[in-house]
Amino acid sequence: MLITCPYCGPRDVIEFTYQGDGNRERPQPASQNLDAWNAYVYDRLNPAGDHNEIWQHSGGCRAHLRVVRNTVTHEILSTAFARGGHKTEGRS
Amino acid sequence: MAEQHLPERQSPLEPEYHPGSHGNFEHGVDVILSETRPGSILQLAAWPGEEKRLIEIIRKVTGLALPDGAGGGVSSGARAVFGFAPGKFTVVDEAEGLAQAFAGSITPAIGTLTDLSHGRTAIRIAGPKAEWVMAKFFAIDFTLPAFPLGAGRSTNHHDVFAQIQRTGADQFDIYVFRSFARSFWKALCHASEEVGYEVQ
Repeated sequence: MLITCPYCGPRDVIEFTYQGDGNRERPQPASQNLDAWNAYVYDRLNPAGDHNEIWQHSGGCRAHLRVVRNTVTHEILSTAFARGGHKTEGRS
Repeated sequence: MAEQHLPERQSPLEPEYHPGSHGNFEHGVDVILSETRPGSILQLAAWPGEEKRLIEIIRKVTGLALPDGAGGGVSSGARAVFGFAPGKFTVVDEAEGLAQAFAGSITPAIGTLTDLSHGRTAIRIAGPKAEWVMAKFFAIDFTLPAFPLGAGRSTNHHDVFAQIQRTGADQFDIYVFRSFARSFWKALCHASEEVGYEVQ
């Protein structure tokens, strides 16, 4: 599986670290909305198809990336820097 | 400024550094391995939006003009610079004291400077089979169009992080953690045996 890092170009998946579901919205740290925290910690879409994910190019430039990956075919549909970016066009 | 007396630097490769020809060299050596031992290895990082100011400071201090684009770099014999991550650059000088030359220029508003001179070991591989040996280590494209002269790449070999700069058509400088350098060097020597290698 190749992931195209926006900085480094196509690299083997072994250079990357999965950092979790990219659909989660972290509540404000001071939030006492238990439902929101519960959703942040536990709720996952677990789709069979395109999925927003956060990856880090930990064995390369170390940038955090927004990746849309198809969980059935493992096709990487898009990659972008996570910093300052909006969600990429995956299922949300 | 008072003259600085820095401790003499010892090479971590020393016990395994054996100058001469090795391996399958009956028909000539196809790679040359050496430790370049630069006096200064710096990591410079710009805050988001400050990249152009940092590149300008690098140009003023070192005289090296970074080309545009990810992983762009340039080397001029004694000095070298290349991008290894967004807004981050490795700057190398044969002489010690490059950190002091930058110290006044990189203000906290622009970014940071980290002196890695004692933390990285620089290994050079050169020769007609350098690309071949490198391709056995790293899963990246080493051909000249994909990895142009002066450019830098961040990758790793068995979790040993490596920054690589192409400093010649058939020459690469590899920067690895000092603590892993001897192990990496031994592996590089083993990988070079089949083509015949000379340690200089």
